[in-house]
Amino acid sequence: MPKDGIGASTKRREDIRFLTGKGRYTDDINLRGQAYVHFLRSDVAHATLNGIDTSAAKDMPGVLRIFTARDFDGVGGIPCGWLITDRHGQPMQEPKHPIMAEGKIRHVGEIVAAVVAETLDQARDAAEAIVLDYDELPAVIDMKAAVQADAPKVHEELTSNLCYDWGFVEENKAAVDAAFDVAAHVTTLELVNNRLVANPMEPRVAIGDYAAHDDSSTLYTTSQNPHVIRLLMGAFVLGIPEHKLRVIAPDVGGGFGTKIFHYAEEAFCTFAAKQLKLPVKWTSTRSEAFMSDAHGRDHVTKIQLALDADNNFTALRTDTYANMGAYLSTFAPSVPTWLHGTLMAGNYRTPLIYVNVKAVFTNTVPVDAYRGAGRPEATFQLERVVDMAARELGVDPAELRRQNFIRKDQFPYATPVAVEYDTGDYEATLDKGLELSDYAGFATRLAESKANGKLRGIGLAHYIEACGIAPSNLVGQLGARAGLYESATVRVNATGGIVVMTGSHSHGQGHETSFPQVIAQMIGIEPDQVEIVHGDTANTPMGMGTYGSRSIAVGGSAMVRATEKIIAKAKKIAAHILEASDADIELKDGKFSVAGTDKSLNWGDVTLAAYVPHNYPLKDLEPGLEETAFYDPSNFTYPSGCYICEVEIDPDTGKVTIERFTAADDFGNIINPMIVEGQVQGGVAQGIGQALLENCSYDSDGQLLSASYMDYAMPRASDVPMITVDHSCQTPCTHNPLGVKGCGEAGAIGSPPAVINAVLDAMHRAGKPVAHIDMPVTPAKVWAAMNH
Amino acid sequence: MKVQMTVNCRQVSGEVEGRTLLVTFLRDGQGLTGTHTGCDTSQCGACTVHVNGQQVKSCTMFAVEAEGAEVATIEGMANADGSLSVLQQAFQDYHGLQCGFCTPGMVMAAASLLAKNPRPSEAEVRRHLEGNICRCTGYHNIVKAIMAASGQHVTAVAAE
Repeated sequence: MPKDGIGASTKRREDIRFLTGKGRYTDDINLRGQAYVHFLRSDVAHATLNGIDTSAAKDMPGVLRIFTARDFDGVGGIPCGWLITDRHGQPMQEPKHPIMAEGKIRHVGEIVAAVVAETLDQARDAAEAIVLDYDELPAVIDMKAAVQADAPKVHEELTSNLCYDWGFVEENKAAVDAAFDVAAHVTTLELVNNRLVANPMEPRVAIGDYAAHDDSSTLYTTSQNPHVIRLLMGAFVLGIPEHKLRVIAPDVGGGFGTKIFHYAEEAFCTFAAKQLKLPVKWTSTRSEAFMSDAHGRDHVTKIQLALDADNNFTALRTDTYANMGAYLSTFAPSVPTWLHGTLMAGNYRTPLIYVNVKAVFTNTVPVDAYRGAGRPEATFQLERVVDMAARELGVDPAELRRQNFIRKDQFPYATPVAVEYDTGDYEATLDKGLELSDYAGFATRLAESKANGKLRGIGLAHYIEACGIAPSNLVGQLGARAGLYESATVRVNATGGIVVMTGSHSHGQGHETSFPQVIAQMIGIEPDQVEIVHGDTANTPMGMGTYGSRSIAVGGSAMVRATEKIIAKAKKIAAHILEASDADIELKDGKFSVAGTDKSLNWGDVTLAAYVPHNYPLKDLEPGLEETAFYDPSNFTYPSGCYICEVEIDPDTGKVTIERFTAADDFGNIINPMIVEGQVQGGVAQGIGQALLENCSYDSDGQLLSASYMDYAMPRASDVPMITVDHSCQTPCTHNPLGVKGCGEAGAIGSPPAVINAVLDAMHRAGKPVAHIDMPVTPAKVWAAMNH
Repeated sequence: MKVQMTVNCRQVSGEVEGRTLLVTFLRDGQGLTGTHTGCDTSQCGACTVHVNGQQVKSCTMFAVEAEGAEVATIEGMANADGSLSVLQQAFQDYHGLQCGFCTPGMVMAAASLLAKNPRPSEAEVRRHLEGNICRCTGYHNIVKAIMAASGQHVTAVAAE
């Protein structure tokens, strides 16, 4: 067996280029003769745009052309990839999302004009000479105000600012309400899931290029899914057939969801390059990123949990307002619905659940998926309300959870919110979390904190998530306008080396290291014989990309299926050469042998024969050794886990310090434990950021108050502790070939409720009981809650 | 105007505007794209380089201010034979990077710390990284990598 097969913490091969400054990110690419675009963006949230005077700007030095909305006649709007049907069977309201503001400005940061010039500074200088004639309109920012009858409309052509009113499962509503009527105890909690900005450290970049000799366009872009961009932009926006459009996403510096979506800037650069017959490059500044990258979360929720006299959960109902922003981003409508409502059972046997979501247009940047996408919102409200119920009932929050867990022997388990969990063992992860966090020893640490004049609290959360999105026929029924399979081509070269061309995209996840480990294990060769190619539509099969913790579960499965085809064909070749039946051929440690004999061939002998087919069954078998597989999963995967946070609070300042953090996850089988642990640590830091620091903030006029790192508090090294990570509890997925579940989002899902539960526990123990504090729990909020 | 400086022990020069930032000179003028720009408010540290031995955010300095200076970037951090330096190797060994975008700045900041404080405590490492933001790793493995590079005992990766 290879020493670096499945389960080895193989060091990452991609690190070498990143550590020596040889990464090739999109902004590192400069094409000969390229021009630069600077986008003039609106600094008001809502206005009628009467005119744009470019007369002074267009003659400034270096200016090649200035584009406004009128230059895009015949160009489509940015499409939305998911149609939600509302409670009454009606389709959601879906306004046009133009590349540039068409007569009306709907959020700060919306593109109003674009200056293309020979240098970036020239483009910026000229943009300052553009004069906008606009009449400001009252902005709608607050979601509940936005759905009032007299609210200003973000889109005049729509009946209101309500995108959809979604009920799930609508047929259960009456039964859920009836269960609440007879409940022994009802816990009610209203909360906000704070608006966030994903903030991958690499800002977005797009370079459009046009080749007149074959009328083809190329877009270099910071994307998690280049094929999706090619399809959306080619088919819906610019009308370029896919065979004339190449999309390349080279090294991408983090995504976290915000680089899934198709953005106006990508379409602009591709369009302008063809118009000007020049490469056109755009590099986002961080300030632009804050007002143009799709934001995340931003839910306002009321959740109620009903319990019987024995503390069993009997029903759950939630009402959520979900902010869509001014336009529908690519997957925005799916996030508060199918990626949120279907997770409301959590780890529990709650038999009756009803979820209502009102999605609302406001004069803000569009909101879409951010690490976890709907699942953090579901987990936060559920794990908060369960904790609150435990406190109200005077029972241990861990034990209330344990009592209501779906039991190990109940899998597969169909929840009342339309999903079937294939495997899980929630008591195992709970017990592991309690053990590793030394839950039992908390009293000692509490006493030490008290002696130091500090408050101390412990909080836990037990999450479920649905990963490996998703069965295409199912999501099609739910409104997805795409399939959600993944693809891989495995090309075995004559001398035995392998190139895997995958539709998954790696932007920090380490696929170049972990994917070869799988192939190495299957064939019995070393991983360094396998190279991974991704991120270029010209040399990878149609793929759906990386998000929703789907790479190994869906992309990895496609690679396994293609490799199985390779092995099956290679066995036939070997059988021919060894004059045996292919049923008798065994592949082990890179060697084909005939069962029960000493006859064998090396991997390289067979691969060479495939390309030099002199002694080869040409009548029955094509030469060559290259196979493609598309894998469409039959279900989601369901990772779960127990997160336990311990905090200290300084009563003088209200500052919360994370003292200990434990994550005990069940990810099923694991390919590279080192990479998995890194994913969890990073996700937990983002969750701690949401809980304690980060907040995307608008004032009532729609001005974005948190538009730089001066105002948006990113977690720094001193804000997060060392994180204890465990993944020894493993209930492998039953429906994909690797038994994997996915690990990318868990940290960001499980950690915010654990942190908040810990903060409130500390305050409760100190005789300052507070029912709830909304995130981020800044020192000011904590101090105010304790002192008023 | 013309500017000249030493970058990674090599004499370089180029034409710049007064407003040209050092990071732009390095990336666009010299093709040293390992130094990254992650923000526009001098917060993220992806552009960290050394100027005359001092850790500097190259987005906060005009190229002309580096006239005659000794500049070191990530491209000059490997050993003479091209192998990874102890610090770079520790980042790989301890999985101190994921997407790699903040990494050059992290390595430059860490090198500066270790030059002044060869055996920093965990708290000192975290404090020194205040001006460098990483969104991927949660800093856990970056801190471990720097501690390990300083010769201190650190729990093996994937064994906690």
